[in-house]
Amino acid sequence: MPRAFTPKVVTASDLLEGDVIYLTADDQWSRHLQDAEVLTDEAHAQLRLLHAERQPDRLVGAYLADVAQGPEGPEPTHFREDFRRTGPSNYAHGKQEAESNV
Amino acid sequence: MYNYTEFDHAFLAERNAQFRAQVERRIAGQLTEDEFKPLRLMNGLYLQLHAYMLRVAIPYGTLNSAQMRQLAVLAEKWDKGYGHFTTRQNIQYNWPKLRDVPDMLDALAEVGLHAIQTSGNTIRNVTADHFAGAAADEVADPRPYAELIRQWSTDHPEFQFLGRKFKIAITGAAADRAVIRAHDIGLRIVEQDGARGFEVLVGGGLGRTPMIGKVVRDFLPEVDLLPYLEAIVSTYNLLGRRDNKYKARIKITVHENGIEKVRALTEEAFVQRRAQFSGVDQTLLRDIQEQFAPPPWRASSQDAFDSLYESDPVFRSWADTNLAAHRAEGYAIVSISLKAHGKTPGDATAEQMRVMADLAERYGHNELRISHEQNVILPHVHKSDLPALHAALKEAGLATANIGLISDIIACPGMDYCALATARSIPIAQEIATRFNALKLEHDIGPLKIKISGCINACGHHHVGHIGILGLDRAGVENYQITLGGDGTEDAAIGERAGPGFSADEIIPAIERVVLAYLDLRHSNAETFLQTYRRIGLAPFKSALYPETAVAAE
Ligand code: HEM
Ligand code: SF4
Repeated sequence: MPRAFTPKVVTASDLLEGDVIYLTADDQWSRHLQDAEVLTDEAHAQLRLLHAERQPDRLVGAYLADVAQGPEGPEPTHFREDFRRTGPSNYAHGKQEAESNV
Repeated sequence: MYNYTEFDHAFLAERNAQFRAQVERRIAGQLTEDEFKPLRLMNGLYLQLHAYMLRVAIPYGTLNSAQMRQLAVLAEKWDKGYGHFTTRQNIQYNWPKLRDVPDMLDALAEVGLHAIQTSGNTIRNVTADHFAGAAADEVADPRPYAELIRQWSTDHPEFQFLGRKFKIAITGAAADRAVIRAHDIGLRIVEQDGARGFEVLVGGGLGRTPMIGKVVRDFLPEVDLLPYLEAIVSTYNLLGRRDNKYKARIKITVHENGIEKVRALTEEAFVQRRAQFSGVDQTLLRDIQEQFAPPPWRASSQDAFDSLYESDPVFRSWADTNLAAHRAEGYAIVSISLKAHGKTPGDATAEQMRVMADLAERYGHNELRISHEQNVILPHVHKSDLPALHAALKEAGLATANIGLISDIIACPGMDYCALATARSIPIAQEIATRFNALKLEHDIGPLKIKISGCINACGHHHVGHIGILGLDRAGVENYQITLGGDGTEDAAIGERAGPGFSADEIIPAIERVVLAYLDLRHSNAETFLQTYRRIGLAPFKSALYPETAVAAE
C-alpha cells in the first residue's frame, strides 16, 4: 500500500533577504507559516512546488515541508521547521523580532 | 603586522567589482541560483537557515584596531549589531541581505580584509597559534609563514578545485594551541642543529571520520616550505578520491593509501616542485618577517599590578585565569572571554568590538587576535596597564574570568543558524555555563574543555573536547551524544563515545553527573579532568552517566 500523503506547505528562502517564506493559496509569499496553503493532495503539491520553482528571481531552494493542521492553521511537525518558523533561540533576531515590531 | 601592498588592494578591488556585477545579474534574473551559488560561495556567502551568512577571513587570527572597528561597522550597518567568531579564526555575520554584500566586501577591503577562500574546495584561511609572536614558549613567530602560505594559496590556479576543502594550521611552539593534529596539514616550527624548519603532519581532521594527523616529515628546512606544501597538495589532488564527497578529504587518502605511500609520492613531487621555485618566495618571506617585527618593549615597574593582585580578589581571579606568560619581561598575554555566562559563545556586539579595538590601541600595541576557541586576545600588554585594562573590560561586560574553564565552551552555531545542523548547540552551551555558574564550582573544577557541535561536521571540535557534545536528530527530537577524553593539543586524542544520547532536558544533568564524578574521583584538585580520565578511563564516568544501567548490571 502506498504511504498516505501527509499535509505539506511550500517553503523557500527569499532571494534578497534570505528569510523563510511560505506559498499562500492566492500565490503570494508570506513570512508566516499560518498563512501558508496546506496541501493534502500529492499531485497538487507537486504542481505548487513547480509553480514556486518557476520564480527563481524571487526565491531560493523551494521544497515541501511537513505540517499538521492546528486550530490556528498549519503547525510544523519537525523541530527544524519550527525553528525556521520562529528564528534562532539565542536572540529575538528572526521572526520573533519582526513579530514584536508589528 | 603585515601591511597590504598596492597589488593586494588592486586585487581585492577587482575581485569585489566582479562579485558586485554577479549579484546584480542574479537579482535581475540573468543568473540562476545554480549558476550563482558557486560564485557566491567563492566570496564567502552562504544561505543559512534564516538568512544569508557572510564568512570573513581573519588570516591567522591577527587584526589591528582599525580592522576590528570595521568589523563593528559591518555588524551595525548591515547585520543585527553583532558578529560570531569561529573556530577557524573567521567572523560570521548571520543576517546580511544579498543586495548589501558587495558593499560589505568593499568596506572590508578598505582595511585589507576579505571573504576569499572562506568556502569552496580550496585551501582555506590558514590558522595559527593565537599567542603567536608573544608566547614565552615559542621557537619562532608562525605568522610570517602563515602569511607566505596565504599569498601562495590565494587564487593558486592548481588548487581552486580540489576534491574537498583543505585546511592548514601552524604553530611556533611545542604546546599546540592551533589544533595542528586535526588539520589536513599541520606545521610546527622546530629547530635542529641551529637550523629552523618544520615538523609536517598530514591527514588530520574532524567531521564524520575524525583522525589525528600523521608525521610526514620530521624536519623540513624552512626554505622548502612552499615546494613541499605544493607537493603534498598536488599529491592529494591526484590521489584523493572524488567519487564520494565524504571520502574526499586527505585524511581518507592517508588512511586508505598509508602514510608511506603518501610520503613517497610527496617526496617525488617535491623534487620537481623545488626545482621550479626560484627563491623569490624566500625574499618575500624576509620582507614579511620584517613586518612582523615585535613592537618596542617597555621597561616599567609592575608595582600597580602586584598591589592590585594582592588586594582585589576579582582582579586576581581574572589574572589567574585569563593571562598567559609573555616572552618579554613585564608583559602578559590577555585573553578576553567572549563566553560571559549564559551568552552565545563567540559573539561580540559592535560596541564590544570597538571597546576591544580601543583597548588594543591604548594598551596593546594595536594588535588583536581571534582564538580558535572563540575568544579575543590582546597579545602584548604591559602588566602596569592591566588594572586599567581590567576595569575597562569589566565595564563592557568583557571581564569574565573563565578562560580554559567549564564555561569557556566552543559551540558551533548549530540549528539556531546553520542549514546543515541536526540539533541546536548554543542553548546547550548557555545552559551549561549558567548551571555551573550557579553551582559556583567552576574554579574548583579547574581546566576543562567542553566543545559542542550541532552535527557530525564537527565545527565545534567536539571530538577533541575533554567533554564533547554532538547534537543529533533522533526521530524528530533533539538528542545529544557525549564523548569523553578528547584533546586538541600536542597530545591530541579523539574522545570516546560514552553511550546512548540524551534528550535536551537530560543533557545538562548528565554533564553535571560527569563533572561531579570527576570531583569525586580526582586524586587532588591538582589533577585535571583530563588527567583523571586518562588515569581511570571511561567506565567510572559511564556509571555516573547511566546510573540505571550501572545498577542493573550489578
Ligand atoms: C554556519 C555555517 C557553516 C557551514 C555551512 C559549515 C559547513 C561545514 C561542513 C560541511 C563541514 C564538514 C567538512 C568535512 O566533511 O570534513 C564543516 C567542518 C568544519 N567547520 Fe564548518 N560550517 C559552518 C560553520 C562553521 C563554524 C561556525 C565553525 C567554527 C565554530 C566552523 C569550522 C569548521 C571546522 C573546524 C570543521 C571541522 C572539520 C574538519 O576537520 O574539516 N564551521 N563545516
Ligand atoms: S557542526 Fe554542523 S551544525 Fe555546527 S556549524 Fe558545523 S555544519 Fe553547522
